[in-house]
Amino acid sequence: MTEEINELIKNEYEAGFVTDVESETLPPGLNEDVIRFISSKKNEPEWLLEWRLKAFHVWKEMDEPTWAHVQYPEINFQDVSYYSAPKSMDDRPKSLDEVDPELLKTYEKLGIPLHEQAALAGVAVDVVFDSVSVVTTFREKLKEAGVIFMPISEAVHEHPDLVKKYLGSVVPQKDNYYAALNCAVFSDGSFVYIPKGVRCPMELSTYFRINEQSTGQFERTLIIAEEGSHVSYLEGCTAPMRDENQLHAAVVELVALDNAEIKYSTVQNWYPGDAEGKGGIYNFVTKRGVCHTNAKISWTQVETGSAVTWKYPSCILKGDNSVGEFYSVALTNNFQQADTGTKMIHLGKNTKSTIITKGISAGKSQNAYRGLVRMNPGAEGARNYTQCDSLLIGDKCGAHTFPYIESKHPSAVIEHEATTSKVSDDQLFLCQQRGIDVEKAVSMIVNGFCKEVFKELPMEFAVEAGKLLEVSLEGSVG
Amino acid sequence: MLSIKNLQAKVEEKDIIKGLNLNIKPGEVHAIMGPNGAGKSTLGNVLSGREGYEVTGGSVEFLGKDLLDFEPEERAREGLFLAFQYPVEIPGVSNLEFLKASVDAVREHRGQDPLDSVSFLKLAREKCKAVNLDQNFLKRGVNEGFSGGEKKRNEIMQMMLLEPSLCILDETDSGLDIDALQVVADGVNSQRSVDRSFIVVTHYQRLLDYIVPDYVHVLANGRIVKSGGKELALELEEKGYSWIDEEVV
Repeated sequence: MTEEINELIKNEYEAGFVTDVESETLPPGLNEDVIRFISSKKNEPEWLLEWRLKAFHVWKEMDEPTWAHVQYPEINFQDVSYYSAPKSMDDRPKSLDEVDPELLKTYEKLGIPLHEQAALAGVAVDVVFDSVSVVTTFREKLKEAGVIFMPISEAVHEHPDLVKKYLGSVVPQKDNYYAALNCAVFSDGSFVYIPKGVRCPMELSTYFRINEQSTGQFERTLIIAEEGSHVSYLEGCTAPMRDENQLHAAVVELVALDNAEIKYSTVQNWYPGDAEGKGGIYNFVTKRGVCHTNAKISWTQVETGSAVTWKYPSCILKGDNSVGEFYSVALTNNFQQADTGTKMIHLGKNTKSTIITKGISAGKSQNAYRGLVRMNPGAEGARNYTQCDSLLIGDKCGAHTFPYIESKHPSAVIEHEATTSKVSDDQLFLCQQRGIDVEKAVSMIVNGFCKEVFKELPMEFAVEAGKLLEVSLEGSVG
Repeated sequence: MLSIKNLQAKVEEKDIIKGLNLNIKPGEVHAIMGPNGAGKSTLGNVLSGREGYEVTGGSVEFLGKDLLDFEPEERAREGLFLAFQYPVEIPGVSNLEFLKASVDAVREHRGQDPLDSVSFLKLAREKCKAVNLDQNFLKRGVNEGFSGGEKKRNEIMQMMLLEPSLCILDETDSGLDIDALQVVADGVNSQRSVDRSFIVVTHYQRLLDYIVPDYVHVLANGRIVKSGGKELALELEEKGYSWIDEEVV
């Protein structure tokens, strides 16, 4: 049976093609000149260059973290190219008609039509290709509602006060090794601003794509929800199949002011490497949001890609009565390794957090949940509920749970539940004896296992996520 | 319907079935009885193609086809149904979803269109009623937290939905109280028809009071050592299995 499962999980990575566009790519290497180049390429103001350089100096003093339950050869950060952009983007196209057709074709192939009439109704998309944002749809329509949705490189010019005020306010330059690196070299990403009391009229979405060889992607997303506003944001990512490992180190900052609500969903499908563990993306991401009084941030992630994932979307529950949520499905197959989870930092009174994670390990993969729940001295009446479930497919994979719980207030309540189960031969045989093939059976069992998380995803994504799991699991049964 | 010739099979390198012959015509009910360890459950597992049950000789023809050529799911789609002695739980997968996937797969094999969700739900509710299961069981995970009797009734409901040609009931009576046994037997009896056959595997005569067989076979040491009408079961009940062993020896 295990062999069949393995056969099943072994599936083609459909997003693995390369787009043939002429690109301007910096040679590998990182020094002050590279940072100055990126900054001047984007015509940045002096303060931002200074901010980048400061981060670079901080980064040089830091050590790469080694505490995660992942193993990979040491990364030589001088072998990575820190900037790559399609040449056709030199003069940023004013409209979709001016965008290189090759790029448009790429996204069509990935199932993301960019022409607004063909686009998913009610979803605005910002498309980031290597180091630049290619196009942002529905900008005009959003503007009518007062919502700003644009590449961060443009926001720096058009809304400098907002960017200056909030950039690095949640994830500072010295936060961690990869965040510092990102601060120094970030290229593009999305900027979202929802004005006071506004409910964003459509889903916002950013689609990240790494194309160029030996190139890292270092995007930066900043979402600000003013008092009483509401926004739902989706993020997707893919990359071509390449034999060497590629680096992705993003930073996402969320600011939910009083009574605001941000829902942030991710479907991560970076190239995971081949069945022998060759190639794939190293995904080192820092995502964090701060909740002011009565605000709510909800992270939902479906992680199926990357060779190595290091990612802990977190909430700082600063204001009283604020709410943080983390729903996660992390699937690893073949030689993939994931160390992912969340941090819920309770500062305010009566703050509440919920963590529901589903880890699925197949093949020879290793899947770890790592989570911190901290109740600070001011967190009177704070509550947390954590549920971590692991599902094993086959007998060569591993599931690990590393929960950290710190409570400094006697009235705080923390609950932690964890389960580990296995897709058994008996279950598969029952399905087969009822006419259901092994592939369908595994996908039913895995989808059933993830149901609690999938229901948190926006509808279009929930369907996509289900399919993605099916694809990622192919060849896992034997 | 089914023709087993000189079947031999082993489990974990141990010979369990050692030259078994059995012929079943459409509409017949055959009971297979025998002492523990005779190979009764092995027969059901071998016929349904379970992994770990290796056929080492002989042949099995089912509806004119070589059954041993097929994968387990293909055997099921061809109309072979095994009601499990211990149905396993599949948490998180709702019974309804499971049943729909199963019925869809079988219908597709027969060249029929899948049922739409509404028609299927109606059908599933009907069958629930027939085996005296509350409709809530459709929403619950497959066998998840079901009692022994509920699991068995769930099996019979699946049989009703799939309308197989050959049903193998593997010690369906084990762990059932008398009321549950009656419900299960009623379900089975309602499915008896001229073109559907049954193999009822049981250790005790009791079940055969409710599901009356056309033939009774005694399986001992991997072979059918005695066959007869339903009265053979009564004889076994009275005398136990030891006299057969002696007779065989």
